[in-house]
Amino acid sequence: MAKQGAARKTEAVEHELKSERGGGGGSRAAELDRLIHERVRLGIVSALAVNDSLSFNQLKALLKTTDGNLSVHARRLEEAQYITCTKSFEGRIPKTEYRLTAAGRRALERYLDHMEALIHATRQG
Amino acid sequence: MVAPRPLHDRALDNLRFIRQTMERAGSFTAVPGWGQVAVGVTALAAAFLATRQPTPELWLATWLGEAIVALAIGGSAMVRKAYAVNDPILSGPGRRFGLSFLPPMVVGGLLTVALYRAGLWHALPGTWLLLYGTGFVTGGAFSVRIVPVMGICFMLVGAVALFGPAAWGNWLLAAGFGGLHIGFGMIIARRYGG
Repeated sequence: MAKQGAARKTEAVEHELKSERGGGGGSRAAELDRLIHERVRLGIVSALAVNDSLSFNQLKALLKTTDGNLSVHARRLEEAQYITCTKSFEGRIPKTEYRLTAAGRRALERYLDHMEALIHATRQG
Repeated sequence: MVAPRPLHDRALDNLRFIRQTMERAGSFTAVPGWGQVAVGVTALAAAFLATRQPTPELWLATWLGEAIVALAIGGSAMVRKAYAVNDPILSGPGRRFGLSFLPPMVVGGLLTVALYRAGLWHALPGTWLLLYGTGFVTGGAFSVRIVPVMGICFMLVGAVALFGPAAWGNWLLAAGFGGLHIGFGMIIARRYGG
């Protein structure tokens, strides 16, 4: 129930963001925003922006999310080449480590700029 | 029916979320390298002065004086570096570093009084070095990796001081508070911006 509410809220903001850009019309910029805008994905990118790398378990504890949820969102970011994923073994224990790519850092910067622009615009208006 | 939140409120909320996530995930990088080098130099001078003191009370007074000087140098250097690298001391990783570093220092102060009253002078160098190292190991969990490594080195020197001959105490204080501060301070200054 709470998840559905959060999803509706996300969609509503995405719609408003597109409107701010003059409709968006499925433009590349709108697509990038949607990817970063979701809370868990925004959290992953923000956390990796201040660390060289973070393990799956570190991210899970930091974002207080489940294995499945983190895994799905991390995969989406990986597919967009915003983060890289390295799998290795520490002894016999598998370890998954994530790093932010240059494209991911640029996407976060664009997102921050966009949020700041929105605040600026609404205050002036 | 609840009115929708204004757009700029949501944008502010998103920015706040990003900042809080970065604070929770980030490291405290304002441990001052050059400040530590300066503290190391004053500790070497204190060790030299302490060997020339005729009574244990004056020896203790010399090292307590050095602790005050070190606190002033280290504290001001940390505040300066925190401002320079835009790393807040009173929130996020800085706050967690301080809250983890402080308890061993308080315990060190209390044990100094207790050991002084009991006349256990020879236990003071080991106790100081061990608790100072403990502070960097616990606080270092929220800082860059070299900080807890430095803490472990202090603890090793402290263990030697605690169980080694009493005559080594002053020289191990010089090696720890002098040598380790200078060595690790230079590494931190070079790798982590001053």
